[in-house]
Amino acid sequence: MSKLYTGAEIVFKCLEDQEVEYIFGYPGGAVLPIYDELKHHSSIKHILVRHEQGAGHAAEGYARSSGKPGVVLVTSGPGATNVVTALTDAYMDSIPLVCISGQVPTHLIGTDAFQECDTTGITRPCTKHNWLVKDIKELPKIMHEAFKVATTGRPGPVLIDIPKDIQFAKTNYTKFKKEKKLNGKIHNKFSENEINQLIDLISKAKKPVVYTGGGVINSGPQASETLKEFVRLIGFPITSTLQGLGAFPGDDNQFIGMLGMHGTYEANNAMHDCDLLINIGARFDDRITGKIDEFSPKSKKVHIDIDPSSINKIIKVDLAIVGDVNEVIKSAIKKINKKQNGLKDSNKQRISKWWEQIQKWRTKDSLGFINSDKEIKPQHAVKRLYELTKNQDTFITTEVGQHQMWAAQHYKFNKPNRWMTSGGLGTMGYGLPAAVGVQIAHPDKLVIDIAGEASVLMTIQEMSTAVQYNLPIKIFILNNQYMGMVRQWQELLHEKNYSESYSEALPDFVKLAEAYGCKGIKADNPDELDDKIKEMIDYNGPVIFDCHVDPNENCFPMIPSGKPHNQMILGPNDKEENKITGKGKSLV
Amino acid sequence: MSSPKSAYSIPTKKGKLDTHIFVVWVDNESGVLARVVGLFSGRGYNIESLAVAEVDATKNISRITIVTTGTPQVIDQIKLQLKKLVPVHKVADFKREDKNVIFKEMALLKIVAQKKKIDKCLKECKKFNPVILDKTNKSVVVQITALRREIDKMSKKLKPLGLTSTSRTGAIAMTRGAQTFK
Repeated sequence: MSKLYTGAEIVFKCLEDQEVEYIFGYPGGAVLPIYDELKHHSSIKHILVRHEQGAGHAAEGYARSSGKPGVVLVTSGPGATNVVTALTDAYMDSIPLVCISGQVPTHLIGTDAFQECDTTGITRPCTKHNWLVKDIKELPKIMHEAFKVATTGRPGPVLIDIPKDIQFAKTNYTKFKKEKKLNGKIHNKFSENEINQLIDLISKAKKPVVYTGGGVINSGPQASETLKEFVRLIGFPITSTLQGLGAFPGDDNQFIGMLGMHGTYEANNAMHDCDLLINIGARFDDRITGKIDEFSPKSKKVHIDIDPSSINKIIKVDLAIVGDVNEVIKSAIKKINKKQNGLKDSNKQRISKWWEQIQKWRTKDSLGFINSDKEIKPQHAVKRLYELTKNQDTFITTEVGQHQMWAAQHYKFNKPNRWMTSGGLGTMGYGLPAAVGVQIAHPDKLVIDIAGEASVLMTIQEMSTAVQYNLPIKIFILNNQYMGMVRQWQELLHEKNYSESYSEALPDFVKLAEAYGCKGIKADNPDELDDKIKEMIDYNGPVIFDCHVDPNENCFPMIPSGKPHNQMILGPNDKEENKITGKGKSLV
Repeated sequence: MSSPKSAYSIPTKKGKLDTHIFVVWVDNESGVLARVVGLFSGRGYNIESLAVAEVDATKNISRITIVTTGTPQVIDQIKLQLKKLVPVHKVADFKREDKNVIFKEMALLKIVAQKKKIDKCLKECKKFNPVILDKTNKSVVVQITALRREIDKMSKKLKPLGLTSTSRTGAIAMTRGAQTFK
């Protein structure tokens, strides 16, 4: 008879077979058998967080920056409910997470036992799938299936709820073999005909634009290389969503900046006026489309996505290609090279007028701002941070709000997986724990969380994690004492009634840093900014950088939700500033 | 302006609503119905009726029949979203007007009345394959199978004749002819 293993041992055997190196977690009564087993598995390192939400976001940062699934281990009841925000965040942004939660013993389920909650019930709408393990014999199969579901197709979070008695129960374990066959939930069967149609549209377009999203990042670093080749081959302008930044080099001339609510003037106008729109791995989110009825009204639309349910969900498209981004563009490149040698030149000529128009839009310099020599402007701070870090491979995470948009606008990414931000759910408090996860995956790289003072306070406790594991993350806080984005909307839309958006009694972040055992740096003068940023980068250890910025700065350009792409509000530099009035006001 | 100050765009004009019948083959495991129903409630789709039972005991397959209404775009989304669920094997979707598909609902009707009225009731039911399941001097329980609107009509008609309680299933569906849905 083969050896019998306990459920806890099987959990680790599966994690080993899945080549998991790190788990982010927090112990508790219902997972103690698993924690007990940890010491026998030296290839798996446990990162102890300070709050389960932090574990989830750290695993997200780990996954997003490394391409591997993030693993989370939490206890029953509050442990599981605390991780719900991170699971939902991962679900919205398609991040592969495997969350293992403890549960009260099987015989106590349903009795309102201590630290019991209906974990699979609570997490059903925020995971791709979840399992309650009721029979030890099922455990190995479920564990491996969980990794498969999380990482294949459109990635996402999954949860396995393991009652405590199952963790003690024993069964056989046969070594897992990774199967090559794809299961039925993966769609990568696009046809030759669809590629031909795509190329036909490409060769006829006069005013095309490529709009890429997080799907390119999820398709792997190779997809970004293929995308570069594709876009250079066809010579089209390319714009990106928030999640897609880095898939195409941000400083390339063909890149016309981020699009959407706080996207550039040229990107949004190109989206509005184009005659061909090629969506690669993006999902027509409402922050991108603005008013649906007037979204890109004159264009043929192509949508390349691995998730069939993303097609025609919001915007009806003329050509849908369901498949892995990398595979689809690869075959398109092949076809173009084989079939239409003339395309390269003739096509570029056809769209040269379009490029002239885009150059005209570019001269608006929509990301411009009025700098000051008295106060640090937040945009200036991000720009300086970029200039001083661009010579090294830097990973940026953010919280959510104005600082996030300024980071997206002014920090240029040249490689995928370098930009971790909460886009879909918009989770304040994401950036700090995400930075922890990124630093774990890339111990020798520079990892910076561009943060707001309000967001960062939501998960500030994870500084303690960073200190414990010696993770030299840099928390770069653009401190304007307001919930900046809330204040901005109140200013523009609610008659400057700044209801509850000012944070009184903020902590002294330098002292706070010291209390956690890391370094605190404060800057409130533009003259000292560069030196202080350098000091932060050079310091070998975690740093909280308290950058005091102009509290009244707004994030422009901006499309109010009720308006189409060609009716943006530009910054104070723009003379014909388009005040939001009447109907538009109700819609932002 | 009286309209609320929202962070989102205004809803665009609603399209025409169609009634569709979805047939969903799922693994008969705990929580599977909650997943399907949760998808509908979570995404704001509407369920008019629901019928579910295991149809293959060896393979553990249950068949869920859901009647729903929505714009063509929503119907399309429902189908694609259902297909994404892990325990879902296949999804069929029929328009209610589809002549190639048989839709049936069953109802149990309890009529408490004098013999004359009961006989009148049974006569009314004749078109709908009535089966008398229980009979006393003062009452009868009759089973009928029919379309939803026919049952609606029947219950209206039988109310004055002594119909006291109605129990109905959701619609179930089957294609006509030798073909099966793959």
